[in-house]
Amino acid sequence: MWLFLLRRCGLAVLIVMLAVSALYLMIHAIPGDPASIILGPRATDEMKAALYIKMGLDQPVYVQLASFFANILQGDLGYDVFSQRDVTDIVLEQLPWTLALIFASVFWAALVGIPLGCYSALHANTWFDTLTGIVSVGTIAIPSFVVAIYSLLVFSVTLQWLPAIGAGEQGDLLSQLEHLILPAFAVGLGWVGYISRLVRASMLEVMGSNHIRTAKAFGLPSRWITFRYALRLAILPTVTLLGVGIGYLLSASLFAEIVFARPGIGKLIFDAVSTRNYPVVMGSVLVTTGLFVIATTLADFINALLDPRIRAGR
Amino acid sequence: MNQLTQTGDKQTPEATQPLNENSTLKVLLDTLRRLTRQPLGLLGLILVCSVIFSALFAGVIAPYDPVALDILNRLQPPSAEHWLGTDQLGRDTFSRVLYGGQIALQVALSSIALALGFGLILGLLAGFGPRWLDNIILTLFDVVRSFPTIIFALAVVTLTGPSIGTIVLVVVVTSIPIYGRVVRTQTQALAQQEFILAERAMNASMPRILFRHMLPNVIGQLLILASMDIPIVITIEAGLSFLGLGIQPPTPSWGSIINDGYSFIRNTPWPIIAGGLPLIITTLGFTFLGESLRDIFDPKLRKDV
Repeated sequence: MWLFLLRRCGLAVLIVMLAVSALYLMIHAIPGDPASIILGPRATDEMKAALYIKMGLDQPVYVQLASFFANILQGDLGYDVFSQRDVTDIVLEQLPWTLALIFASVFWAALVGIPLGCYSALHANTWFDTLTGIVSVGTIAIPSFVVAIYSLLVFSVTLQWLPAIGAGEQGDLLSQLEHLILPAFAVGLGWVGYISRLVRASMLEVMGSNHIRTAKAFGLPSRWITFRYALRLAILPTVTLLGVGIGYLLSASLFAEIVFARPGIGKLIFDAVSTRNYPVVMGSVLVTTGLFVIATTLADFINALLDPRIRAGR
Repeated sequence: MNQLTQTGDKQTPEATQPLNENSTLKVLLDTLRRLTRQPLGLLGLILVCSVIFSALFAGVIAPYDPVALDILNRLQPPSAEHWLGTDQLGRDTFSRVLYGGQIALQVALSSIALALGFGLILGLLAGFGPRWLDNIILTLFDVVRSFPTIIFALAVVTLTGPSIGTIVLVVVVTSIPIYGRVVRTQTQALAQQEFILAERAMNASMPRILFRHMLPNVIGQLLILASMDIPIVITIEAGLSFLGLGIQPPTPSWGSIINDGYSFIRNTPWPIIAGGLPLIITTLGFTFLGESLRDIFDPKLRKDV
């Protein structure tokens, strides 16, 4: 088990390092003076000269890369020349907004999806099951940004039930929750489908297994069997799904943040890309990639804990 | 309709056997027949065909030039002259939607074809080559997959600037691992089978084993995977164009139509509705079609999401 843990962690670190190096080299591979590229077209000559020395651009690329990694280990993601702030601070400021959105989306999706999948499994191949199947596949397929912009159009602009833009007044929890409803709806809608399909499939599998049959043979009440024995096992794949799915969640929340003009890491990356603010792009992409890799690694661990076969193999 | 609800217990062994020229047409017709028998498969087929038809014949159907300006008639609601209204520059939205479909399908087909090709080669190498090569290719796949797609796309757009080529590049790079992994797993499983062992015992050349025996066994799954990938790629193209980082104006794209509408959301809802509907129709159509195809050919291929 420990060997597996160690190997998986090593792989995760290797992946992040390779990904970051690739991105770093890509930025440096663009033709032209790196200082003016990083600073963007609005930079003055003095700014360029200062940055050139500050970044150690006179040194070979591998030295630069090594010091870049050394800085990251110290929690230093670089310096944003435009806002005159550390990239780490900027990213950490935006991260909670995105995490709140992702959490809210997954929360309501699980709240609806798990009972839906459970009910479908217990009533498999009825019209209800068929209907939820079609609707689930449909909601998974429809792009989340279309859901976001349609719900903005219907609930904010036309009906004016919910606020359209921003994340709510600072310190006012109620207003913040109100501003969270539509974005979370848009990000989570597809996940209702994902979760209900997954819970349904694993529930069907669990209900057919030996220990459930034994429980039935003992004459335990069916509700007891369902909730106490079957659902507990059937929920587990959903947990791992979340680990793998965090990438999709990050992408979806990026669109939701832009459509609803919410603060967040997606909006940060988008704005940085639009203004060609390379240090911020690097920093925020690095953090999201790290988040993604950590989540998938965690999902692997949970899988390994639950299924001894994975630990043994590969 | 059962294709959505069954966990997949039936199998069609003939689909996994190598096909010869004569039976290809037969299988194709047979597939079509079985597709139309499933309500969702039929619905998917109809939606996909109408999308492809309207994109192919956009030049004939479209009542206006998609980039022709008519400032006096800007932001019009739907009418007899402009079926889906006009945008902020007075361009006919219906015509733009039709031409937007062309762009969407072009991007989807070209990038998926490229990704499938590269994925096939890398997957065969990883599955059949030496262990160290397998490890390198797998690690590369993991590195590429460690970026969330849209965020990777944003990073690339920062470097190369927005264009149709950038979208294709992003999609190709991020989808190669999906195809590569399937091919790798399949080749590894196949390599242990008797007919491959027999070929090797008879000292068959590597290309012969790979292309004559492996390829026909892998290609079916890949094509189904590709058909399920189309809505995802179309979503990426539309998403990037919606952000203003994909297809550049004045070329119409469903995403940029929505983006134009978003700027005028308080004046008129029509561009947003008109840009979003074809996206929903297309993604639903291809998804239903892909689900049905997968169910017909190989219930085992179900991706666990």
